[in-house]
Amino acid sequence: MNGIDTGDTAWMLAATALVLLMTPALGLFYSGLVRGKNTLNTFMMCVGAIAVAALTWALVGYSLAFDEGNGFVGGLDHALLRDVTFEPRDESSTIPHLLFMAFQATFCIITVALVAGAVVERMRFGAFLLFAGLWSVGVYAVLAHWAFGGGWLIANGTLDFAGGVPVEMGSGFSALAAALVVGARKDYHRQALLPHNAVYVLVGAGLLWFGWFGFNGGSGFSTGNAGVLAFVNTLLCPAATLVVWFALDLIRGRQATAIGAATAIIVGCVLITPAGGFVSPGWAIALGALGTLPSYAVIMWRPRTRIDETLDVLAAHGTAGLTGILFTGFVAQTSWNGVADGLLYGDAGTLGWQALAAVATPAYAFAATWVLLKLVGAVMPLRATDHEQALGMDVVQHGEEAYASGEGAIIIEPPDVRAGDRGVLVADPA
Amino acid sequence: MKLVIGIVRPEKANDVLECLYRAEVRGISISRVQGHGGELDRVETYRGTTVKMALADKVRFEIAVTEPFVGPTIEALCEGGRTGEVGDGKIFVVPLEQVVRIRTGETDETAVTPVRA
Repeated sequence: MNGIDTGDTAWMLAATALVLLMTPALGLFYSGLVRGKNTLNTFMMCVGAIAVAALTWALVGYSLAFDEGNGFVGGLDHALLRDVTFEPRDESSTIPHLLFMAFQATFCIITVALVAGAVVERMRFGAFLLFAGLWSVGVYAVLAHWAFGGGWLIANGTLDFAGGVPVEMGSGFSALAAALVVGARKDYHRQALLPHNAVYVLVGAGLLWFGWFGFNGGSGFSTGNAGVLAFVNTLLCPAATLVVWFALDLIRGRQATAIGAATAIIVGCVLITPAGGFVSPGWAIALGALGTLPSYAVIMWRPRTRIDETLDVLAAHGTAGLTGILFTGFVAQTSWNGVADGLLYGDAGTLGWQALAAVATPAYAFAATWVLLKLVGAVMPLRATDHEQALGMDVVQHGEEAYASGEGAIIIEPPDVRAGDRGVLVADPA
Repeated sequence: MKLVIGIVRPEKANDVLECLYRAEVRGISISRVQGHGGELDRVETYRGTTVKMALADKVRFEIAVTEPFVGPTIEALCEGGRTGEVGDGKIFVVPLEQVVRIRTGETDETAVTPVRA
């Protein structure tokens, strides 16, 4: 077929599947960080993000992000995937347009799921699903247009390899707004709210890192140099973050913590996301090391505030995404990326546009999320009641428990097929 | 000497601990138990199976105290454990025949009087 490269297409098919895996991985990561009675609800928010965002993306999100439109938002020519076919989307692309759409869809999905981290353990499931649908279109698609789809940032030369703008800053600063609108959990600052399974957190972080090779490595849309560079940087940058995080943990508390390590993996992957295919492997290591500091500081600071941004999406994604975007403006190197230089290599203009992205994105994400949640809140309650929070979101929202023992469970449906008098033995104890 | 047994909601366990601490009651054991106290049953569904959960998770406090502490202990359990809904739990007070501190071999009132580590 015209312009299609089979090698590129094969890699992008695999990369798309890798990125989709990140969302269940995030579910595992998040559910380990909450209390046991909210395990399923937390995971279900991520599953719900897949359900909702995949459809809104096909319906209208993809078009608003990647159709030409204007500088702010794309048009509606690709709504319902019109003209999204097996042909490449433009001359520079070597993969089917349909596959490009699916790859971008997985980005929208994971970003919606990321925002859930701010509101777990108290936001009602139905309200979250409605918010997820609105947010995927009103915030994600718009920011993706700015950074990827021909909008005002990419048109002016902002460098964002794999989503520092729409994914990382988009989710992080939306999370801050969501935490403020939905409000704190009833027990916040009244009880210690501890992660209930650190192994889930580590396994989730590991699977996220694995998926991130598709996320960053696929953002070159080919098997060419940019993708390879991003892939390798995705190995090196988080490793550097891990080492520095260990060191900070050791200085602060004399122990390197497991949950800290899981957090460091995420922060490292986020840091390299905007920079991936633009900076040398050496600078990727430097970014991983230096970029740890702002996120670590925000993670130390946030729990001292009244803002129950529960799973620190702002620190891990917003702050690290912002750091990565700015760092790219300093150390991007034409000799590695063939596109643009940063300040250190002679082009101060790049840094200017990086800085503008780092101001405009948080502002839009925060404001738009605030408005959307107020709208949802006007239609239905956003929060579970204190009593429901005490019982746990799993039982209240889903009628299930993550760790059901089965003791004391009396079968209602199906009726006991062994029948006979046994039914009497399990009569209502009340 | 009395053994005060308090069975409370798991989500109120922290509040109870706080109240006990303020009442200067030290020396506490807790265990996770399941029970039924007349509260509404939860209905849960797993694929095609719907079940009624007749047992609810509870936390059981066991506190051995000297006579002057019996009242404050009961008050702390009530204050920390009460929500006003059915299912807040029960307190049982039973006489204690003998108490031995394993470390020293001290017995009875000396043994239930807490010491600082």
